[in-house]
Amino acid sequence: MSDDPRMSGARAAPKRRIRLSWSDPAFRAIVWQIVIAGVVVAIGWYLFSNTNRNLSARRIATGFGFLDRVAGIPIGESLISYNPAEDTYGRALWIGVLNTLKVAVIGVVLATLLGTVIGIGRLSSNWLMAKLTAFYVETIRDIPLLLQLLFWYTMLQGLPAPRQSWRIGDAVFLSNRGIKVPYLIWETAHTWAFYGFVAGTIGTFLWNRRANAAQERTGIRPAVWPVGLAAMLGLPLAIWGIMGAPMAWELPVLRGFNFQGGGTVSPEYFALLAGLVLYTAGYIAEIVRSGIQAIAVGQWEAAGALGLRRGAILRHIVLPQALRVIIPPMTSQYLNLTKNSSLAVAIGFQDVVSIANTTLNQTGQAVEGIAVIMAVYLTISLSISLFMNWYNARIALVGR
Amino acid sequence: MSDAAVARKIPTIGAVAWLRANLFGSWVSTAITLALGYIVLRVGIAFVDWAFVNAIWHVPYSKTGIAETAVCQNTKGTGACWAVIVDKYRLILFGRFPYDEQWRPAVVIVLFVALFALSTIRAVWRKGTTARWVQRVALAGAGLIVLDNAVDLLLIVASVGFGVHISDPLAPVLEMLNTIGKCGLVFGLLLLWPAIGVWVATLAVIFMLMSGGILGLSVVPVDYWGGLPITLILATFGLAFAFPLAVLVALGRRSTQMPAVKTLCVVYVELIRGVPLISVLFMASVMFPLFMPPGINIDKLLRAQIAVILFAAAYLAEVVRGGLQALPKGQTEAADALGLTYWQKTGFIILPQALRLVIPPLVNTFIGFFKDTSLVLIIGIFDLLTMGKVALSDPPWQSFSTEVYVFLAFIYILFCYGMSRYSRGLERELNSARGR
Repeated sequence: MSDDPRMSGARAAPKRRIRLSWSDPAFRAIVWQIVIAGVVVAIGWYLFSNTNRNLSARRIATGFGFLDRVAGIPIGESLISYNPAEDTYGRALWIGVLNTLKVAVIGVVLATLLGTVIGIGRLSSNWLMAKLTAFYVETIRDIPLLLQLLFWYTMLQGLPAPRQSWRIGDAVFLSNRGIKVPYLIWETAHTWAFYGFVAGTIGTFLWNRRANAAQERTGIRPAVWPVGLAAMLGLPLAIWGIMGAPMAWELPVLRGFNFQGGGTVSPEYFALLAGLVLYTAGYIAEIVRSGIQAIAVGQWEAAGALGLRRGAILRHIVLPQALRVIIPPMTSQYLNLTKNSSLAVAIGFQDVVSIANTTLNQTGQAVEGIAVIMAVYLTISLSISLFMNWYNARIALVGR
Repeated sequence: MSDAAVARKIPTIGAVAWLRANLFGSWVSTAITLALGYIVLRVGIAFVDWAFVNAIWHVPYSKTGIAETAVCQNTKGTGACWAVIVDKYRLILFGRFPYDEQWRPAVVIVLFVALFALSTIRAVWRKGTTARWVQRVALAGAGLIVLDNAVDLLLIVASVGFGVHISDPLAPVLEMLNTIGKCGLVFGLLLLWPAIGVWVATLAVIFMLMSGGILGLSVVPVDYWGGLPITLILATFGLAFAFPLAVLVALGRRSTQMPAVKTLCVVYVELIRGVPLISVLFMASVMFPLFMPPGINIDKLLRAQIAVILFAAAYLAEVVRGGLQALPKGQTEAADALGLTYWQKTGFIILPQALRLVIPPLVNTFIGFFKDTSLVLIIGIFDLLTMGKVALSDPPWQSFSTEVYVFLAFIYILFCYGMSRYSRGLERELNSARGR
């Protein structure tokens, strides 16, 4: 910088002092900021004092003390044990958070898979495939999600009663009480097999890194997939076999008017998941399509000239580049799916919004209830954003 | 034509060639075509059977006026019962608006559609022939109102002059001034910025048609509004108010001189975008009453409207900010060099270019919010979707939700598809302009 001959002898700009005059932009900026901040603070204080006065007039205590009181909210499905007669509002809300996450995580995975398939389908050289997927994307994105959820929910309600349920053998039953599936009776062997799977995954990851290093050194890449198969599938299976290979299923059995035993996918959960996945997949498909189209045709042609097959080109050349275009809008779709899962309240799936809504109706703690909802979603949104930003930075093009 | 094609006498143009290229190009493609074709045919035939061939359009009514849906129950699953729509379409479209006055919401729907259609015409936004035409109509309208009021004034003056006793001669004059003031605002806007004036005037007429109370229209309280007009009002008024707010927030977020304002805007946008619309609507329905001083009660629809505005503004602000960022820095610097003030620079140089860049994403955001207005169902406002559910709560029709949902979906698709077609056309136009 200082080598530049044009810069020699140049002086730093004199430091400007703020004049107390309206004609000085810096001074004006300060005055305006004070005015705007003052107005915002005044409005905030006004609303706050009104709220306090109204709350005291209605004899509603403020604060989060209600979280320790016994909730008494019946909750249909929960990932952790819950007893409405004993457990607190805090635990009920925590169940709601877990239910939200259950929908969001599974929804994001399924929507990504379906969306990617449809997005690639839109670029298919098969005319029928391209038109059908385009029709799907156009239609599904033009119907409000809430309407779709209500539709799926009433469709599931219209299924036959448990006695006349549709069945696959004696194991899977589909009725208006949801989908009943056999439940694996979990034993220590399964837990150990799971640990084996985790260890195998880490091992495969490390072996992959060694293979990369070997390729860098010698140009020959040691095979990864046999090691991966052995570590991720063989190891858990071996552990499970050594420990006696327990495999007992609890089958759902029809007793009276409903089923006993087995695992359940409730109609509420299924309708919510189906609606969210089908809707979000329409958006993801568009993102994937435009991401792939953003890659210049020359990349395809060059890879083809090197003798790669179409699938290999897509996997090794196009998708890694397309991901850079895809990741940012995909992040906002994941966030949308998570936020849209709050529509659960309309079809009676007990996510955090639904339970917080019941809580604020029972206790009258409107401010705290909504604060809980907002805090939960802000935390989830922020976590997803941070993770996706980290991933985006990892795969970003490294410039000079 | 390749040698192989010549040798095997395969046509390379025409229908057969098209089929070979696009449907039966390879074994995989042929398999996909056959499988998909089979599914499409089966589903298509089943749908046509259900929706048209076996559909029932009318059902008999009992003497007490209750629909007898036994016919429909028999064909359930094989034929649609469109009789539910025939019976309920006015309830679904217009809500509980007084039956004899339902031409008013019908006109409102037409006005909304006309307003959208008019706004897609570029000429309206330019100061060209159309704008001059609007200005002439505005002048004529203003002239008529002034004339009307002048005649009234003359009559009053004359009657006072002839000794007729008027208890409060000032009251009619004040009312007149009030009318002239309001009309003057609208006509002034029409003259200055025809496009914005058309929007303000149409929205004012829509509001008058819905609420009544003037020109001999009976007053209809907000509680009786419902159906499609509510959806259109929430979406249109929401965006009309959210957009200016969004521009201010986007400018604030880009501000370099005012860190406090920038922080405020960032917090606002990120906070709203981090939470679901439902939570903001809940806030409007249960928390907003707590915010107000005792005795002041704001209508539920207005509260929901404010929530939609605040929510939409945060999303629109991000779209607008995208446009501001895409503008080369030279534009700002050149404007500064010319000695323009901040608002001159923003209004004449920055915004016209930045907004033009983001019209397609803006329209996409509009589509999103048009659909999202259906969420007011959860806080009990009678929009289109809620009215559909209300129609389904009538005992004879309870089991025909599919038909009602299909009808509602059709209406939403009509509006959203229209907007997305427009947005895609714009995008193509902008891209081709940029390519030159």
